[in-house]
Amino acid sequence: MNTLFKLARRNIWRNKRRTLLTMSSIFLAAFIALFTRSMQFGTYDLMIENTVRLSTGYIQIHDKGYWENKSINNTFEDSPQLEKELSSYKEITQVIPRLESFALASSGKHTKGTIVIATNPATEDSVSKLSEKIIFGSYLTNDDGIIVAEKLAKFLELTVGDTLVLLGQGYHGVTAAAQYPVKGIFHFPIPQLNNQLIYMNLSEGQNFYAAPNRLTSLSIMLKDESQLDDVLEKLKSELDPKKFEVMRWEEMNKELVQAIQSDNAGGVIMLGILYIIIGFGVFGTVMMMTIERRKEFAVMIAVGMRKSQLALMTAIESVLIGVISIIIGILAAYPILYYLYLHPIPLSGDIAEAMTVFGVEPILPFSIDPSLFLNQGITVFIIMIIAIIYPISIIFRLNILKAMRG
Amino acid sequence: MEIIKTVNLQKTYAESAVPVRAVNDISVSFDAGEFTAIVGPSGCGKTTLLNLIGGLDNPTSGEVIIDGMNLYSLKPKEITDFRLKNIGFVFQAYNLIPVLSAKENVEFIMNLQGVPKKERDERVEKLLEQVGLKDQMNRRPGELSGGQQQRIAVARALAANPKFVLADEPTANLDSASTNNLLDIMLKLNETENTTFIFATHDSRVMKKARRLIELDDGKVIADKTN
Ligand SMILES: Nc1ncnc2c1ncn2[C@@H]1O[C@H](COP(=O)(O)OP(=O)(O)O)[C@@H](O)[C@H]1O
Ligand SMILES: [Mg+2]
Repeated sequence: MNTLFKLARRNIWRNKRRTLLTMSSIFLAAFIALFTRSMQFGTYDLMIENTVRLSTGYIQIHDKGYWENKSINNTFEDSPQLEKELSSYKEITQVIPRLESFALASSGKHTKGTIVIATNPATEDSVSKLSEKIIFGSYLTNDDGIIVAEKLAKFLELTVGDTLVLLGQGYHGVTAAAQYPVKGIFHFPIPQLNNQLIYMNLSEGQNFYAAPNRLTSLSIMLKDESQLDDVLEKLKSELDPKKFEVMRWEEMNKELVQAIQSDNAGGVIMLGILYIIIGFGVFGTVMMMTIERRKEFAVMIAVGMRKSQLALMTAIESVLIGVISIIIGILAAYPILYYLYLHPIPLSGDIAEAMTVFGVEPILPFSIDPSLFLNQGITVFIIMIIAIIYPISIIFRLNILKAMRG
Repeated sequence: MEIIKTVNLQKTYAESAVPVRAVNDISVSFDAGEFTAIVGPSGCGKTTLLNLIGGLDNPTSGEVIIDGMNLYSLKPKEITDFRLKNIGFVFQAYNLIPVLSAKENVEFIMNLQGVPKKERDERVEKLLEQVGLKDQMNRRPGELSGGQQQRIAVARALAANPKFVLADEPTANLDSASTNNLLDIMLKLNETENTTFIFATHDSRVMKKARRLIELDDGKVIADKTN
């Protein structure tokens, strides 16, 4: 094996130009692949992060059946036990209790259907940075003041200080009706929601819906997304499945997951095409390396080398070319990607506007997830192995005498 | 002591319109310690006979007996193994692995066979000394002359301690000085180590030094004389 490795290492430099050319092509492909994948993954991460922060959290706990039927009757009691339970997880950074339902908002001669989210102002803000979205007035406090989304406020011709009447159906069919002072108006980045969101203090909401101490959801934030599976498993086993449903963000944001999947598939296809082209170049090189050494191989076999050893030697040659290229590719790409990871490219113009509309920060973020590099490494390795299959079959079919004469 | 015997050995190439009997019913035997040249004009069947004896080819009919054993009754894999352990080869060209130094070329087979380093080093040193190239041992084949390359090839052929060495036109690409030098080295190995050499050649310089000449024509032995 040592001998074979030494041979392989020296053999690849016999035709320096050809080897360097092949390596450059692999390097280039790996670099392009790393760059585009890093950008894609970075964007996905950002989209997920945004969604998770603005809406569902990584995990949500509901009353069993709530997600299918989002009714105020499918709520659960916010017991101190549950809170204590959740606070014992060191992976969990924040838990946002929310009571969410519909209400008819009316001001003057205007009336409109709205979504009312009653929440803990401080925790909500620490996760979704809602206070930064206030454009007039001020953010929620512990009083009865509410904040209203920009477009909704415009429709209802509301300004800060006005009073808004809300009408809805409370817990177990109780009629909910109350009026609230508007403390602030906020801009919400998702247009649909900018048309209908109202936030209020959790206890106000619970009073309004006649659901004291009840919640529709507990949204859970984690230190790190990688802890999701663990925490989810633990929660599922610890919470009574007859009373609660525990859902992960993917289940609650199917559209986002699908959008990411289809974009990702597009990326994979593009890289697939790139790697196929590179693969043919690599194949040409290893094929040439085999064909032009047939005489040499014949003598090597005649004097004692086994065909399997020869095959292994050529395989090592191929893998060496690939491994050296991908390592250089990673070494070259990593500092650049790391820099871009720390300093995402800010976007401007139409794209930036479109992204803002969808609630995404207008930046081009990059990911430096280790799997990114590992995947490209494995891909190149597989290409090198596939490229060598046919040349190896030539070695096994090599007729010593014909090769020596030819 | 007889080490190689061919019995009614035949090799016919049937691919062309007229079948070529490259080796046509040859029965000949070789003793240990011989220094023999198989001679004859180009195309008379020297290479074919040598390859058959060396287990590199397959006879159409007849037998090759080495040390009492019928070589072609073995399975192909066993023949390969047998060849490794018992037969040394020197070819006309491409003998050496270009990316290995002279020393590495000589020890290459022993490396593949997993011979311990100490034993390897001793053997390589002795062989390089015997072919007079110890001071060139770190050079690659490309940095050696044709004659030096063939001497390394002889050392390599002897590395695995074979029963005999088959050399097909080993001097074809060499000038007279190199040819004589190579022949003298092989003669000396033959005399001091009792190494058996069988050449295929049409080089008169080799014929002059050979102790036995087997002359072929059209795949048949037409003369077999001892000098
Ligand atoms: N693979 C082959 N196919 C067809 N004919 C061959 C083949 N190998 C050798 N021959 C023929 O067999 C004869 C003997 O060849 P060879 O043993 O190489 O002769 P020599 O080594 O004495 O020059 C020649 O006529 C040659 O053309
Ligand atoms: Mg010949």
